[in-house]
Amino acid sequence: MTIKEIFDSMAYGPAPESAAEALAWIASHNATFGHYIDGSFTAPGQTFITRNPATGQPLAQVTQGTAEDVARAVEAARRAQPKWARLPAFRRAEYLYALARLVQKHSRLFAVLETLDNGKPIRESRDIDIPLVARHFSYHAGLAQLLPSEHPDLAPLGVCGAIIPWNFPLLMLAWKVAPALAAGNTVVLKPAEYTPLTALLFADISREAGLPKGVLNIVTGDGSTGAALVDAPVDKIAFTGSTSVGKRIREATAGTGKALTLELGGKSPYIVFDDADLDSAVEGLVDAIWFNQGQVCCAGSRLLVQEGVAPRFYDKLKRRMDGLRVGDPLDKCIDIGAIVDPIQLDTITRLVQDNPEGEHYQAPCPLPAQGCFYPPTLITGLGTASPLMQEEIFGPVLVSMTFRTPEEAVQLANNTRYGLAATVWTENINLALDIAPKLKAGVVWINATNLFDAAAGFGGVRESGFGREGGWEGLMAYLKPAARPAALKPAAPIPAPADPQVDALDRTAKLYIGGKQTRPDSGYSQPVYSPKGHLLGHVGIGNRKDIRNAVEAAHAAKAWAKTTAYNRAQVLYFIAENLSARAAEFARRLENLTGKPGAAEVEASIQRLFTYAAWADKYDGAAKSVPIRGIALAMNEPVGVIGALLPDECPLLGLISVMAPAIAMGNTVVLVPGQHPLAATDFYQVLDTSDVPAGVINIVTGPAPDLAKSLAGHMDVDAVWSFSSHPLSALIEREAAGNLKRTWVNHGRARDWLSPSSEGRTFLAQATEIKTVWVPYGE
Amino acid sequence: MNTETPARTGLLPQVTHARNPGMALDLDWVASVQANTSAIERRAATLPGRRSVKKEYQAAWLLKAISLIDLTTLSGDDTPGRVQRLCAKARQPVAPWMLERLGMPGLTVGAVCVYHEMVETAVRALEGTSIPVAAVSTGFPAGLSPYKLRIAEIGESVRAGAKEIDIVISRRHVLTQNWQALYDEMRDMREACGDAHVKAILATGELGTLRNVARASLVCMMGGADFIKTSTGKEAVNATLPVSLTMIRAIRDYEARTGYKVGYKPAGGIAKAKDALVYLTLMKDELGHPWLQPDLFRFGASSLLGDIERQLEHHLTGHYSAANRHAMG
Repeated sequence: MTIKEIFDSMAYGPAPESAAEALAWIASHNATFGHYIDGSFTAPGQTFITRNPATGQPLAQVTQGTAEDVARAVEAARRAQPKWARLPAFRRAEYLYALARLVQKHSRLFAVLETLDNGKPIRESRDIDIPLVARHFSYHAGLAQLLPSEHPDLAPLGVCGAIIPWNFPLLMLAWKVAPALAAGNTVVLKPAEYTPLTALLFADISREAGLPKGVLNIVTGDGSTGAALVDAPVDKIAFTGSTSVGKRIREATAGTGKALTLELGGKSPYIVFDDADLDSAVEGLVDAIWFNQGQVCCAGSRLLVQEGVAPRFYDKLKRRMDGLRVGDPLDKCIDIGAIVDPIQLDTITRLVQDNPEGEHYQAPCPLPAQGCFYPPTLITGLGTASPLMQEEIFGPVLVSMTFRTPEEAVQLANNTRYGLAATVWTENINLALDIAPKLKAGVVWINATNLFDAAAGFGGVRESGFGREGGWEGLMAYLKPAARPAALKPAAPIPAPADPQVDALDRTAKLYIGGKQTRPDSGYSQPVYSPKGHLLGHVGIGNRKDIRNAVEAAHAAKAWAKTTAYNRAQVLYFIAENLSARAAEFARRLENLTGKPGAAEVEASIQRLFTYAAWADKYDGAAKSVPIRGIALAMNEPVGVIGALLPDECPLLGLISVMAPAIAMGNTVVLVPGQHPLAATDFYQVLDTSDVPAGVINIVTGPAPDLAKSLAGHMDVDAVWSFSSHPLSALIEREAAGNLKRTWVNHGRARDWLSPSSEGRTFLAQATEIKTVWVPYGE
Repeated sequence: MNTETPARTGLLPQVTHARNPGMALDLDWVASVQANTSAIERRAATLPGRRSVKKEYQAAWLLKAISLIDLTTLSGDDTPGRVQRLCAKARQPVAPWMLERLGMPGLTVGAVCVYHEMVETAVRALEGTSIPVAAVSTGFPAGLSPYKLRIAEIGESVRAGAKEIDIVISRRHVLTQNWQALYDEMRDMREACGDAHVKAILATGELGTLRNVARASLVCMMGGADFIKTSTGKEAVNATLPVSLTMIRAIRDYEARTGYKVGYKPAGGIAKAKDALVYLTLMKDELGHPWLQPDLFRFGASSLLGDIERQLEHHLTGHYSAANRHAMG
């Protein structure tokens, strides 16, 4: 075209970023890569091709990691770990700082290589991904520096296995590697099969930071390599990827004692109220669903628009879609690049084609003749039951429906198995701050979307996984108590005496469900004897139907979460007061049950109630220092309904230690007493006199393994804890995979319930989910 | 604004749009307008990174920018000689050899913008071209002289030959949310302009909030503005991308509701070729091709042209240029 013709058409011309340097780096490795283990690249093994999805051209041959490769990498990491952990904090901070600076120094090389391998627009890799990577290492250099003084009683987990996805290859590496190294762990990382190159470049460059051998190891390969890493003798698996694979990892690691964090899928709502700045909300959608071709776990993919403004909003949105430019990701003038792989493109295409319901609008953007491209797509007029409304598409496809009221917006937003992120657009601060806590999500953005920062926790609830990445909360997932607890001995059964002594009037201990004493569904009871052979009473044998009823009652009491913390504190104080009034009776009961004096345990229980009454209004969230004009609030929210298998030892103190932090934080609980259930059934009489709302605390007695299975498999239970001496940890973790509920189990380790280590922040952290609410402001 | 003709440049497309007649003041619409500052700033901040124009495309876009410049002098020490020099630059904004090689001979700027006292000088200096003369008016820049005189000033400038009148609004009407008063003022000024096109200067740097900018934009369009313009160049803060985004979104809404296209003129602080390219991408992406023509878009600028000339010479020669190689305006 002549200049005159361009002058008339005002077309955007090509503005390609050069790939020369990135291709030269690939060529310097003969375009064939081994793994990076123990500080050097291994000889390539059996390889597969990684391609540029924009052109289909091969970029390099990458080695398919075997179980042996993984084992070698884990061994190298294991060897390096003690020395790495013993380094002074300052030294680890120095290494992380050096990595941050190296990422900055090689930023364009990383950006171009990322775009070549993944297909994302160079604008995004250059302006978003790589700067966030540098920021993440820089922030964690700071966490490494401060860790020993802030948390002297914590120690690294050991060797961490990280399995990351293809949508943000280097950024996800940073999210796993930076906190792991900062905490003193060593790492074996498996990048995604489609996008291994920036991880290999990072390994290459980590040598310029002088990172000690074995501290960071990269093993490339497909899902089978990842599975080998999950099975390898590592101390933690940190996984980001699909919910289905996350569930398999949950099952595979069940009972192994490996720590686990899962960052999984989503179908995040994007809510537009009628008083929003509609143009800005439209622009936000560009960042929500057409960022990274929509291949974003937290993509605002489910648009909910208030009915009155919906037609106008859709008109504006379609006009904006028409202006999006799809094409060569290396072009600096492109909004939407290539889908990562033909298989993913097929998945997106098929999902849309197979669901013709609703009105489909595809922007008339010209697509390149070759390569994996998909046009920006809007589908309106869908119902909640539509698969497109429920399933993660992981592509540039936005689905939408309307709502009438704020309450309905929340109901629709939460009508999903997922709970990763949510976006709210309104100019009304009352509405925004009312809605944010009601949304089931780990992250809420108000009048913005897809904001990320190393200081702010990111992660999901429900089937979007568990654990947070970023901030101190993210670092905690790479640490454990420095003291190793002793093994927990199974409780010795108290044999039924040949000739039981019956001392008093028969008393029937029942289940306690929804504030009522309830007979067990089974109609069976079992006698409870003292070690001296006295018949102390009978307890009901609860079954799965009793668990079902208890969980329903616990949900019906959800208003407990909305009561003020002050109110919850008062209830806890009141329980303590009433327990104190009956201290002698409980001490006697404990002595009868256990054969040991009970006064000290009662006293400790009363104190522990005071502890959590104190904590109820003091376990504060945080206002994070994020680099925007605005605030990122880390709000501690209750987990929901927690099922807990109580310890067999300390029948009263164990109950209090588990119940009190849970209800102090606004959870409701279903408690399964351990070996001495009469302490718990006596205790419900205290609850009855202490203003505890019905359903907040439910007690189901019965065989722990059966009840644990029912609780862990229940789809409407949000967390299961187990302190039982029965070997239930594997069962619970495996069953929990169904809805990916949080688990906190003892893995056969003992706990000193009288010790101060059995109260406080550890318990409170388990009783809460951190929700990060981003509120940019400015007028 | 039927100002460009083939005789003038031989280059500009002949685009005529129905002139915005204005409409009844719709206070419900005004009240419903929202502008979220953070979100607007984010969009504005990422725009330069989203679009890039290189090589011959950049040259063509920079030439387009020249055709959209209201070449301006608004100084207390303006003299006929100064204005004549400016008008000569307006007729020949780029060295003839450069325009020849770029294939764009005859290119001129969009208009010349001066104070009332300089209108006649400018009109005479631009005889034989169709470059219009724009006059700033209505007690520019503060707009606080007697109302009758402000209205009368428009008529004087039109009689002196100004084809475009850049009026200033009463900021106090915006700051006190007196939309009726702002609307009436705009209506009166539009009427006083007659066939001359009226550009309403909002002085956005003095309006306090982007929401005020959005609402004032809308009221001025309802009052019949042909163009809305950011600044006099005399406020502490002049044209910015967030303000521009806010105003052109108002233009888009107005067109969607009424069918009339209203022009946009950012003024003040746009001094670099790169800034001009960003503004052009903003107009192209947010409003579309019609707003890349002089009847719907102008830059109010005095030093922008010099930077563009240097960039164009660099494009032609491959060597970075120097200011003294190009004729002063």
